[in-house]
Amino acid sequence: MAFVIVTAIIVIGTVLWNFVSPWWFSPLASNWGFLDTTILISLSITGIAFVLVSTFILYCVVKFPYREGHKSEYEPENPALELKLTIITALGVIALLAPGLYAWKLYISLPADALEVEGVGQQWVWSYRFPGEDGVYGNTSGRLFSSKNTFGLDPDDPYGQDDILIRGGEVHLPINQKVVFQLRSKDVLHDFYVPQFRAKMDLVPGQQSNLWFEPTILGTYEVACAEYCGTGHYAMRGVVVVDTQEAFNGWLAKQPTFAETMNEGANGEQIVQTLGCVACHSVDGSDGIGPTWGGTYGTNRSLSSGETVVVDEDYIKTSIVNPMSQIAEGYAPVMPAYATLSDEELTAIADYIKTLSE
Amino acid sequence: MDQNSATYEGQKMYDPKGWWDTYVFSQDHKIIALQYVCVALAIGLTGMFLSLLMRLQLGFPGLFESIDAGSYYQDVTMHGMIMVIYLLTALFLGGFGNYLIPLMLGCRDMAFPFVNMLSFWMYFLSVIILVASFFVESGPTGAGWTLYPPQSILEGTPGGDGAGIILMLASLAVFIVAFTMGGLNYITTVLQSRAKGMTLMRMPLIIWCIFLATFLGLLAFPALLVGAIMLIFDRVLETSFFMPEIFKGGEVLDYGGGSPVLFQHLFWFFGHPEVYIIALPAFGIISELISVHARKNIFGYNMMVWALIAIAGIAFIVWAHHMYVAGMNPYLGFFFATTTLIIAVPTAIKVYNWALTLWNANIKMTVPMLYCLAFLVTFLNGGLTGLFLGNVAVDVPLSDTYFVIGHFHMVMAVSPVLALFGGLYHWYPSVTGRMLDDRLGKIHFWITFIGTYLIYFPMHYIGFLGVPRRYYSNEQYDFIPQSVADLNQFITICALIVGAAQFILLYNFIKSLYKGAIAPKNPWDACTLEWQTLESPPGHGNWGEQLPVVYRWPYEYGLPSATADFVPQNVSDEQIT
Repeated sequence: MAFVIVTAIIVIGTVLWNFVSPWWFSPLASNWGFLDTTILISLSITGIAFVLVSTFILYCVVKFPYREGHKSEYEPENPALELKLTIITALGVIALLAPGLYAWKLYISLPADALEVEGVGQQWVWSYRFPGEDGVYGNTSGRLFSSKNTFGLDPDDPYGQDDILIRGGEVHLPINQKVVFQLRSKDVLHDFYVPQFRAKMDLVPGQQSNLWFEPTILGTYEVACAEYCGTGHYAMRGVVVVDTQEAFNGWLAKQPTFAETMNEGANGEQIVQTLGCVACHSVDGSDGIGPTWGGTYGTNRSLSSGETVVVDEDYIKTSIVNPMSQIAEGYAPVMPAYATLSDEELTAIADYIKTLSE
Repeated sequence: MDQNSATYEGQKMYDPKGWWDTYVFSQDHKIIALQYVCVALAIGLTGMFLSLLMRLQLGFPGLFESIDAGSYYQDVTMHGMIMVIYLLTALFLGGFGNYLIPLMLGCRDMAFPFVNMLSFWMYFLSVIILVASFFVESGPTGAGWTLYPPQSILEGTPGGDGAGIILMLASLAVFIVAFTMGGLNYITTVLQSRAKGMTLMRMPLIIWCIFLATFLGLLAFPALLVGAIMLIFDRVLETSFFMPEIFKGGEVLDYGGGSPVLFQHLFWFFGHPEVYIIALPAFGIISELISVHARKNIFGYNMMVWALIAIAGIAFIVWAHHMYVAGMNPYLGFFFATTTLIIAVPTAIKVYNWALTLWNANIKMTVPMLYCLAFLVTFLNGGLTGLFLGNVAVDVPLSDTYFVIGHFHMVMAVSPVLALFGGLYHWYPSVTGRMLDDRLGKIHFWITFIGTYLIYFPMHYIGFLGVPRRYYSNEQYDFIPQSVADLNQFITICALIVGAAQFILLYNFIKSLYKGAIAPKNPWDACTLEWQTLESPPGHGNWGEQLPVVYRWPYEYGLPSATADFVPQNVSDEQIT
């Protein structure tokens, strides 16, 4: 009897929970409301099945307890009943599948009149590219990546010169405008996911994947990487700002083109943004996967080897080129080596870190 | 099969000589089964301990300094792999399979006892290699149990620069060798060594389940094996099977042209049948237990067998439902969603038939029965949420969130473990000749059943909210409210209690071995052959001089023409009183 009472509470609780749960869908901010509808359809149909089957089981437990000397009914088969149950289940499955497949059709049909944006993932930062005035992306290649050419764009391709590059993880989108994201990754798998937009798609190195949605509410939304991508996975946070069309145009006009970025001098702040350093190293003194940069220049640091060193230009440069040689105490040895940065770039980074302690 | 060993005289030639032969390098399927069970439970406890470390970080972020992001991901990875492969696969097939196949089919041993012994020792070796990775520099791999390249073999993933990933892949390869030896043995034994009268359609359902699960394993594990070998090549020899052009750490790596998605196809071509490799034996245990303890013939035996065969077949064409948002050709989604939802039909039939077995039954609320009923509720819940994730578009918002964690733990962690516990309570008397303590069993049951439901049920809802899985910490995200942190604390406390409760089971095992009530030969009044041996517990060769002859199906409970409420399989119509 204890089992029946406890399980009845579990079953009733499971159903009622759906009406009182403090956790529910994040407020919708895109066109993908239909995906929520399919979840609700699924909840209803599976909820009915859950209640019916568990009630039947509990009823049996109450109704047919063990009686000494009593024998159960001998009924090995009942084909008619089994056929009926199979048909009912099949109908339930069809009721679930039909809206699911229909929604998938919508989800994968990329609209022709959409704004195009390329989303690029790397450990552990997001960046974006707009095709620029000519509306055509320049060619890219995995072989052309460098710390300067962080999108791997072909410098000789005329279509690429006006491509607008968004480095630093924050992208703006105009409201009520369909957007197609062409996604690619520089290093490992990532997944572009904004909970309020519902849409989600992996970024795969070596190929392109696509995603589309239409933002419907102004505001600032977080991008959360949804495919495990290494130690900093949980820190791979980006921001999408949904603007009015005018505000978006104004923002976009201020972003550099590819040609402009190639002519920039070494800028420490820009480099640490584009290389993704800031996913692990905060600039404001808060702790992360790696030691913070804020207010640390010139201070003493204990290493896991037991030594103590001063955080100076030398230490910073060595830590970038050969991180394993001097791991700070209390931190995991997980930083990849950035061995190909030029001395000019290393100095720029060290100078930038220095400014964070002034 | 050696012709001699089929006879009583021949069997004696293979009787163990001395202690080492009997208990260590034993060729007796019952001892090998016990060896499998002990090693699997030991590594399973390790896996549970790792999950508690994860829970400590999630419930109390930052409180335990030794759990940094790197070690957290190592715990995640090792927990997953240990539980799926080294605990559940090994325990169900190596443990239950080995013990039950010869006893239930009425034969003296496995078809190839020596290969059977080798199978265990290879499994043992694979566990040693796996455990060794905890002791190498930079520790075990933290690539996630799916080991997706490129990150699994690159720096920036915990353990990615050390030997951890190599040891993991090597351990899997050795495990697959062990599984293949055991698996060929199970298949051959089932097809060749059944007692007279034991037709295929008179086999207990658990044997059907183990038989089909073994088939799945033999066909699915090779995909993982080649995936693992290719991945080792990519890592050690710098081939590029799975590695495209990669820009990392400020430089272009020496790879190019490979496809990360190819690995995912290989992994899940193994990985999805693997779910059924675990689920089918659990189904089998439930089918046996529910019939015995409800004193009622299993409902719809034929349908149950055909449903199993259908599940085993369709299990091979649903794998890409793990990859809807992985960047594969999106049109594949239509196909895999359809096959995935079709597999729900035979699975539902199984649940109906278990439930209908209870109708007009004579239900004994023993500890195994409690586990059965708890399995039904949990499996029902976990199975139904699978209809969300299998249904392609519905999966999009939920994929890679806590909804997924809730779903697969309900359906392929808690449910199989409940079946497993029920099975352990049920067959313990056959193995040891003693009964387990009923009161301790019930305490263990209640904590486990209610505790696990409280752990995994709420996870579905923070999944609705969109909280991504595999996050070491949620603190940076504004869309995740404080209440999620509170819930995480609650879940961690539940997990610690459930974890501690497993020691009740362990204590019960050891205590009952010495102090448990002496079990009668057939304590549950079951019809199947493992309870009809001459000696109890059965000795080497199982049956004494005469092999049993089978006259009926294994679920003859409540037969109107008999006085007793059950008729064992080896009782002929003339012998019925």
